[in-house]
Amino acid sequence: MSIQEIQDEIVSEFEILGDDRESTIFYIMEIGNNLEAFPEEEQKEENIIKGCQSKVWLIADEKDGKIHFQADSNTDITKGLIYLLIRVLNDRKPEEIIHADLDFIQKIGMGGIIGSQRSNGLAAMIKQMKLYALAFQTKLNASNGN
Amino acid sequence: MKFDINEIRGLFPVLHQEVHGKPLIYFDNAATTQKPKAVLDALMNYYEHDNSNIHRGAHALADRATQYYENTREAVREFINAKESAEIIFTKGTTESINLVAQTFGRKFIGQGDEIIISTMEHHSNIVPWQMLCEEKGAILKVIPIHDNGELDYAEFEKLLSQKTKLVSIVHASNALGTINPVKQIIEAAHAVGAKVLLDGAQSSSHLEIDVQALDCDFLALSAHKIYGPTGLGVLYGKRKVLEAMPPFLGGGEMIKEVTFEKTTYNDIPFKFEAGTPNIADVIAFKEALDFIKGLGKPVIKAHEDELLAYSNELLKDVKGFIPVGTAADKVSVLSFNINGMHPFDVGQMLDARGIAVRTGHHCTQPLMKRFGIEGTVRASFSVYNTKSEIEQLAEGVARIAKIKNK
Repeated sequence: MSIQEIQDEIVSEFEILGDDRESTIFYIMEIGNNLEAFPEEEQKEENIIKGCQSKVWLIADEKDGKIHFQADSNTDITKGLIYLLIRVLNDRKPEEIIHADLDFIQKIGMGGIIGSQRSNGLAAMIKQMKLYALAFQTKLNASNGN
Repeated sequence: MKFDINEIRGLFPVLHQEVHGKPLIYFDNAATTQKPKAVLDALMNYYEHDNSNIHRGAHALADRATQYYENTREAVREFINAKESAEIIFTKGTTESINLVAQTFGRKFIGQGDEIIISTMEHHSNIVPWQMLCEEKGAILKVIPIHDNGELDYAEFEKLLSQKTKLVSIVHASNALGTINPVKQIIEAAHAVGAKVLLDGAQSSSHLEIDVQALDCDFLALSAHKIYGPTGLGVLYGKRKVLEAMPPFLGGGEMIKEVTFEKTTYNDIPFKFEAGTPNIADVIAFKEALDFIKGLGKPVIKAHEDELLAYSNELLKDVKGFIPVGTAADKVSVLSFNINGMHPFDVGQMLDARGIAVRTGHHCTQPLMKRFGIEGTVRASFSVYNTKSEIEQLAEGVARIAKIKNK
């Protein structure tokens, strides 16, 4: 599925939840359980994303020209948010990630659900994922002799 | 004024709204209280009718504004039973009041090797100004430990006191735990070794009667916005003798007697410490907040808040996963807690979805959180306008949230 298709899928999932804020937050907490287990030794200072109130660790690896993200957090709501981002952006080529327009966040009204502090944190997570993509792209281009 | 909860709620316009489709339940009173309509009206009235600069204008508006401004000073004097209104200095808030003492009293009277005592439960605003001073002067900061229930370890405090102690700066009631400290006893003990005492009254002043003469504290700092008044306004009380011995804080207009390029002489207290055009409108409106408290009487307010706190404890104590933080015998209406397996921020956000406003995090008391080995707490703090039905909704929300991780 393309980035856009997955985003549309998420939007329709949130539409089913309707307007009840509490159920939406419970749902976000619940989906965080789908995150791949994060290696404990990677829960270190250098992997923490700056700009998040809660702790968020993010690491990335490249395989066959695609980027694989792993992330974790000390709060359940944040875990759910990262899970959504990873679901959309994982195992894709760097340029796809760099140019991804993550319109699902606005479409599901995430800002209104999670509030301004967490929205800033979410923006910081996206920025960090795109920075990883940019770094891998530069590295891949260099090794391809471009 | 008789205590009628509906009548009281009617005085606070902000309470009558919905948040996320639910009626607002405001339990973030330790951060800031809401303002009665009389305060809002006074602000508007000042700008509509009396706006002018105070103390120097030779016209009717300036006279009126000056009189109202000074009326509030007198009301504050009465509120804390200071000997004279000249001992009342208006500041931006508790933080500025404490910094003022650190930068003037501290710089003049605290030197190399001298000791300042604070406690583990201080707000950052009663830690950092002293650390800055200690760094500059080579003075030493000593910290009174606390017991597991959030009460001060008084025996340890007595051991820390010595001839080297120049100042004890201590919170009257903890913002994060609610603990009320035995300040009368602390002040007597500190005075016995010749130390001065600053009371951080930011959290206590809306709940507890404060009589600075009976307590005999040298300084008291408080914030207007935590006692139903406007934001950006605070008070520093100091004994006349101490204030007079202190150098000025900020230089500028109002605080001078005479300025030449060679030498400036300073104005008398309190004006020596009120450089520049002050926060006139908020000072004037603050009197309405003080009148509101006076109308009800603090013992009546405290009794209502105590009842709410006791009720919340009763409803929550058996909720599986509920962990109270700070269980001192003597507390103001602060309910600090965690839920087993959950981050306080998540709990706060879920309560917000129910229209319940609480504070989550370290409450500007990181060393205190470290003492308990936690990152933060959820803090519900109750005020005069809260109801038992609101407490029931809080308990219901907490129980439902706790169930997620504590089946």
